[in-house]
Amino acid sequence: MNNNLYILLTIAVMSLLTALLRFAPFLIFGGKRDVPKMIEYLSNVLPAAIMGMLIVYCLRNVDIMSGSHGLPELFAIAVVVILHLWKKNTILSIASGTAVYMILIQTVFA
Amino acid sequence: MKNKTKRTVKYAFIKSLPVMAGYLLIGIGFGILMHSKGLGILWTAAMSVFVFAGSMQYVAVDLISGGASLISTAIMTLAVNARHIVYGISMIGKYKDTGKYKPYLIFALTDETYSIACDTEIPEDVDKNKFYFFLSLFNQFYWVVGSLLGSAVGNILPFSTAGIDFSMTALFVVVFINQWKASKKHFSSYLGVLTSVACLFIFGADSFIIPAMIVIVSALCLYKLLEKKEARYEQ
Repeated sequence: MNNNLYILLTIAVMSLLTALLRFAPFLIFGGKRDVPKMIEYLSNVLPAAIMGMLIVYCLRNVDIMSGSHGLPELFAIAVVVILHLWKKNTILSIASGTAVYMILIQTVFA
Repeated sequence: MKNKTKRTVKYAFIKSLPVMAGYLLIGIGFGILMHSKGLGILWTAAMSVFVFAGSMQYVAVDLISGGASLISTAIMTLAVNARHIVYGISMIGKYKDTGKYKPYLIFALTDETYSIACDTEIPEDVDKNKFYFFLSLFNQFYWVVGSLLGSAVGNILPFSTAGIDFSMTALFVVVFINQWKASKKHFSSYLGVLTSVACLFIFGADSFIIPAMIVIVSALCLYKLLEKKEARYEQ
């Protein structure tokens, strides 16, 4: 299909499904019904697991056996973790980690 | 403008300041990333206006430049944004009588807006409904402006933007750490990472998300059921 149509449809899918997920609780439980305990429990613990999954998703194409062996990623993530545990500043952590990564892959690991 | 509305807008603005820096910067990052993959300012604006979900938008750049199928996009959207159901459940009470603002409030319920909205005490002289509305609106404004800036600036940066998509990884790591610190038991955090790594090895980079999600949800439910059983034994 035409590239612009593809992008448009992709954005439409994301937009509609995201909205659906946001509206779902209000549509299902907005009335008088009680939220089942299991749903409430999941809603509290799921985010942490999903974040873990997303990190793995970001790193899914990293090849430990060849190329840069995932070292730039390792260093940059270490920078993010250490900085964030120390300064607790989201912007600082993200910017620094990203800068370290960009410098590494453009120089040392180019 | 009525005095109460003025006060409300001001209060909402102040409460949105922590989000402003973040959304502007991550928004700029998103705009630059879009630009680096050849996706122009209109697409960038469209995403920030109609999707309005940071992590998902970053993942989207990946999906689109990789030519992912619409089904893949749908599955990723559900996986990545499933946690928004969580926010909705917690806000049912607070958003109950928000009348005409309700649809937009729900649409704009992002991680950051949620964390401020569910945490903030609203003083007597502030209009509750308008507060939530302006909070959400300011936040989306910062996000859209950041995205547009990033997209526009992508052209004139004096350095190569190779590797800038790492900002997404960094964002998730930061949120992961925050969630880790916010809970006593870290079962869910461990589960997410380990399950995903295992599924990555078994199913490969392009197909591990669905299996991972199934295992994660099942394991969490099982964990809860076992906890309940233990509690009953101890009685």
